[in-house]
Amino acid sequence: MRIRPAITQRIAVSLLWAATAITLSALVFIVVYVLVHGLPRLTWTFLSEGPRSMGREGGILPMIVGTAWVAGLAVVIAAPIGVATAVFLTEYTRETRLTAIIRFGADCLAGIPSIIFGLFGFVFFVITLGMGLSVISGALTLAMMVLPTIIRTSEEAIRAVPRSYREVSFGLGSTRWQMVTWVVLRCALPGIGTGVVLSVGRSVSETAAVMLTAGSALGMPHSIFESSRTLALHFYILSREGISMANAYGTAATLIIVILAINIAAYWLMRRFVARAV
Amino acid sequence: MTATAQTTRNPAAGQAIPPAAAPRMIVEDFSAFFDQRQVLRNISLAINARERLAIIGPANSGKTTLLRSLNRLNDLEHTFRHTGRILLDGQDIYASDADVPALRRRVGMVYAVPIPLPWSVYDNVAYGPRLAGVRDRQRLDEIVETALRSAFLWDEVKDRLRDRATNLSGGQQQRLCVARVLALEPELLLLDEPCSGLDPISTAKIEDALLQLKSRYSIVLVTNNTKQAARASDRTAFLLMGELVECGPTAQVFTNPRDRRTSDYITGHFG
Repeated sequence: MRIRPAITQRIAVSLLWAATAITLSALVFIVVYVLVHGLPRLTWTFLSEGPRSMGREGGILPMIVGTAWVAGLAVVIAAPIGVATAVFLTEYTRETRLTAIIRFGADCLAGIPSIIFGLFGFVFFVITLGMGLSVISGALTLAMMVLPTIIRTSEEAIRAVPRSYREVSFGLGSTRWQMVTWVVLRCALPGIGTGVVLSVGRSVSETAAVMLTAGSALGMPHSIFESSRTLALHFYILSREGISMANAYGTAATLIIVILAINIAAYWLMRRFVARAV
Repeated sequence: MTATAQTTRNPAAGQAIPPAAAPRMIVEDFSAFFDQRQVLRNISLAINARERLAIIGPANSGKTTLLRSLNRLNDLEHTFRHTGRILLDGQDIYASDADVPALRRRVGMVYAVPIPLPWSVYDNVAYGPRLAGVRDRQRLDEIVETALRSAFLWDEVKDRLRDRATNLSGGQQQRLCVARVLALEPELLLLDEPCSGLDPISTAKIEDALLQLKSRYSIVLVTNNTKQAARASDRTAFLLMGELVECGPTAQVFTNPRDRRTSDYITGHFG
């Protein structure tokens, strides 16, 4: 009793189709649901004013600024360190027990729940280093959290650069550092960029870790040493404490639009860059 | 007549100096190992100024390893070890204080398969000079044009300098790789089976280029193609299982080899 190959083929295609459709519809459903509830709230006043009475009224400008600060700073800190680590692991060391341990460590770091990062950031940056609940504490905590992503994606991208390119570069009299900067990083840039964009997305949407480190102040942060509430956390507090579901959806819609915009912009920039490097 | 005139005109040296065949590079009792495996066995060989030396031999005879020893590309393999010396103009290239990037600029390498970097034609050729610190745009333009002309590629690519190098045909890509090395104005040119993937017309173009380049560079050509060695070299060295069996003028090696194994190889009895 063997099922005919033509039939198994049909079954397989329908199952694969179904899987793709489920993935896509989950995405579409979430985006549409949030936008339908949130878009009516998205007025210029909502985006350009500070919150009043705990966020029941008013807007979310301080949260937009806070999110930009915390997430931006986190990636600005993490990207150079992560790329440098990846370069060191791939170009400057041979595969030894040590590199295996470093890589394993990075992978473990990636698996730690964000609330634990938040706890560590609270104990270390906020209390021990005395930075208090502030933009910088939140940014440093998020930087540690996204570091493994940046290291791993950069490593993959660097490894994908053909070995022969390195040999050609050495053959033309480059030092190792020249080879890394002129050939390897230039070729790996789109891949590294993807990792960085993923990290921006993760930083923007992180809630638990920033709650414990950046705090939940409602005011506009005037320096990186002041506390600031991010969009994701604002949404959490508004909905969790039942302050205003309407404003919560407005915040969520903003968050989703920001993340979509970042991804689209990065994708566009990347394609443009790759086309120009040709 | 002229030879004796030249040698006697140099009394300060105290001995006869062979005029055309001054050695640029001398390989002295050189052995190479990867881990425990010995790949080259006590090779001694001279490469003269302005000559084309062909290295022939069957697969796994150590031809490529010998070639890559001449500009220390084997150093990229961490299992590589060597004994013996290689002198370039009297300086040991494996000395602990040797400037390896400078050595590789003086001794350029063209690989078996064309490996254009994923940039424009111009950027490929300008890469070596840029590494060496040439920034001036006009100077770079000159270098690129000269190098492409020397590699007989200029006329085909002069209107597509900004095109991606990988869009060129295989033969053009290989001449681009030759141009890329020539842009550094090397003193020696190492070619590792440069025509192995090319059609006969592209091969002929490369061989023509080699003949022209010989007036300015010493050329070491590794080839699997004995006919090519016979056509495109002045001297031929025959390697077998890491040993240098014989080395002499190409005409002599091909018509009257001293060693039985050489004649067996070139007549196609093995390899």
